[in-house]
Amino acid sequence: MAIFLNKDSKVIVQGMTGATGMKHTKLMLADGTNIVGGVNPRKAGTSVDIDGNDIPVFGTVAEAIEKTGANVSVLFVPPAFAKAAVVEAIDAEIPLAVVITEGIAVHDSAAFYAYAVSKGNKTRIIGPNCPGLITPGQSNAGIIPGDITKPGRIGLVSKSGTLTYQMMYELRDIGFSSAVGIGGDPVIGTTHIDALAAFEADPDTDLIVMIGEIGGDAEERAAAYIKENVTKPVVGYVAGFTAPEGKTMGHAGAIVSGSSGTAAAKKEALEAAGVKVGKTPTETAKLARAILAG
Amino acid sequence: MDLFEYQARDLFAKHDVPVLAGEVIDTPEAARAATERLGGKSVVKAQVKVGGRGKAGGVKLAGTADEAVEHATNILGMDIKGHTVHKVMIAETAPEIVEEYYVSFLLDRANRTFLSIASVEGGMEIEEVAATRPEAVAKTPIDANEGVTEAKAREIVAAAKFPAEVADKVVNVLVKLWDTFIKEDALLVEVNPLAKVASGDVIALDGKVSLDENAEFRQPEHEALQDKEAANRLEAAAKEKNLNYVKLDGEVGIIGNGAGLVMSTLDVVAYAGEAHGGVKPANFLDIGGGASAAVMANGLEIILGDPDVKSVFVNVFGGITACDEVANGIVQALQLLKDRGEEVNKPLVVRLDGNNAELGRKILSDANHPLVQRVDTMDGAADKAAELAAAK
Repeated sequence: MAIFLNKDSKVIVQGMTGATGMKHTKLMLADGTNIVGGVNPRKAGTSVDIDGNDIPVFGTVAEAIEKTGANVSVLFVPPAFAKAAVVEAIDAEIPLAVVITEGIAVHDSAAFYAYAVSKGNKTRIIGPNCPGLITPGQSNAGIIPGDITKPGRIGLVSKSGTLTYQMMYELRDIGFSSAVGIGGDPVIGTTHIDALAAFEADPDTDLIVMIGEIGGDAEERAAAYIKENVTKPVVGYVAGFTAPEGKTMGHAGAIVSGSSGTAAAKKEALEAAGVKVGKTPTETAKLARAILAG
Repeated sequence: MDLFEYQARDLFAKHDVPVLAGEVIDTPEAARAATERLGGKSVVKAQVKVGGRGKAGGVKLAGTADEAVEHATNILGMDIKGHTVHKVMIAETAPEIVEEYYVSFLLDRANRTFLSIASVEGGMEIEEVAATRPEAVAKTPIDANEGVTEAKAREIVAAAKFPAEVADKVVNVLVKLWDTFIKEDALLVEVNPLAKVASGDVIALDGKVSLDENAEFRQPEHEALQDKEAANRLEAAAKEKNLNYVKLDGEVGIIGNGAGLVMSTLDVVAYAGEAHGGVKPANFLDIGGGASAAVMANGLEIILGDPDVKSVFVNVFGGITACDEVANGIVQALQLLKDRGEEVNKPLVVRLDGNNAELGRKILSDANHPLVQRVDTMDGAADKAAELAAAK
């Protein structure tokens, strides 16, 4: 089962023919992802050979869907063109658009998110500024390394890419149902809550690891959601206790403003909801292990 | 990026939000000519990115040009809540204020949309009004694609119960302020107070603007708004080299890949430091996914150039990047720094995990650099780095 992505997912890549797009299309293919095409209006009708796979290039997302039945798009489109590309994916009603691009202006992401909502949320957006998602052994849509771990029964949702990798590595012997990097921008399409709801409903997930970081109040709202709606055990980790007020820590959304968005407040909210929160990634992994061991 | 009041004023003026005349100066003597240009009277306002400057004595009325110079002399160099005043704005004196309002547009992260906040009780911090008299604060969601039309502005004016006689004028301010918000790629535009003056006009007397740094690709003029004086020397040097660096006040220099992992590294070092006399991380530095030798060298150069740093913790998880490349990067970076004539004399603790970790560790062991120590777990390496910093 897993969430959002599985072996039946048919994946297209917007921005496939650029350097980053090519590099990661190759890696996704190596992980067994069913890549059915790329999108580039200037190269429509051509095809690209990637490690012996002949990948057709379509002019539009709509055409790619019509010809291949694609239901997932991964976007490696530069920030200046990302909004148009996501809007195109929404217009084509692709069910899942994974926006890897970092550095998209907030006005653009707010606009495409509002557009998706106005179109009836037919397209789930993951990201932007995220590593994508992986369902180990089935499909990989994004840049998460496919060889860290194996299929298993832990679900992972995280704002941070490298902390996703770190956590998958810490728990690599147990394995993951799906791992979703939701991104570190102020406006993102899929939240912790969306992923928690999906993992709660997923029969292949026994335990959820949730990684948050400073900025906004997504973790606090996730904590409230967990308290009311999640019956599976959740283990949490929050990064940024030592971050000073008013400084952006790498991710555009990672900023403590006044007294809001602090790691301490997030940890407290999660613990109040019954989530066990680790002090370090390694300790968090130990907490998960202990729960799974019963 | 938060702007100074004078910069906000200039952006408001650019987009036809009604403001008073004002110019920024950085020497007391310049206050004279500026005040004379305003007809011999002015308000001398400290430019700091923090509230409460009025109470701190950072805003003074000058009845003559001499008085303006005197006030500017006192205010320049003043410390307001830890912010040194480097600039003052010489502003036109406000006509008699009848009422003070509040209006703003901002990004509402929780609802992933934009929000208008408006109140007829302006002049104080809006958080304070919201806490004590929530019914006096009107919050109106704004659809990012529909924006603030005249009709939307009227909706806001009605929700906040602005008096009928100023409604049209406030609607005009809201539409122009929204223009500023959209055209400047702002995360916040706030006018407080928005003053009704004796003539019946409505004027933005003070404002805050915060801009989206991700939008710089289409906002070439924003670079000039950066506060280069306030930037730390090391932060400025890091920015020149396109490094994602924030100076902190501890002793353990930090380099890592990925914003989340680096934030986590800071925390883990601070925890470990508790057992070593309370040493703390000295900085945030994310060298990103690629982590080439050149980037590693630039990062190390910045960190080793920080006199507060006693030890360095390089924490890398090889995701797409392979650890052997990172290890080669570290070895080459140390050589590169030596070739550049930099003095490398602080111990480095390196933790490599993930893709090709074994190969990477072997490269470090073989290089056998006297300053480099390998510790293979994140918690263990943080402890070692803290211990080394405490021992210095």
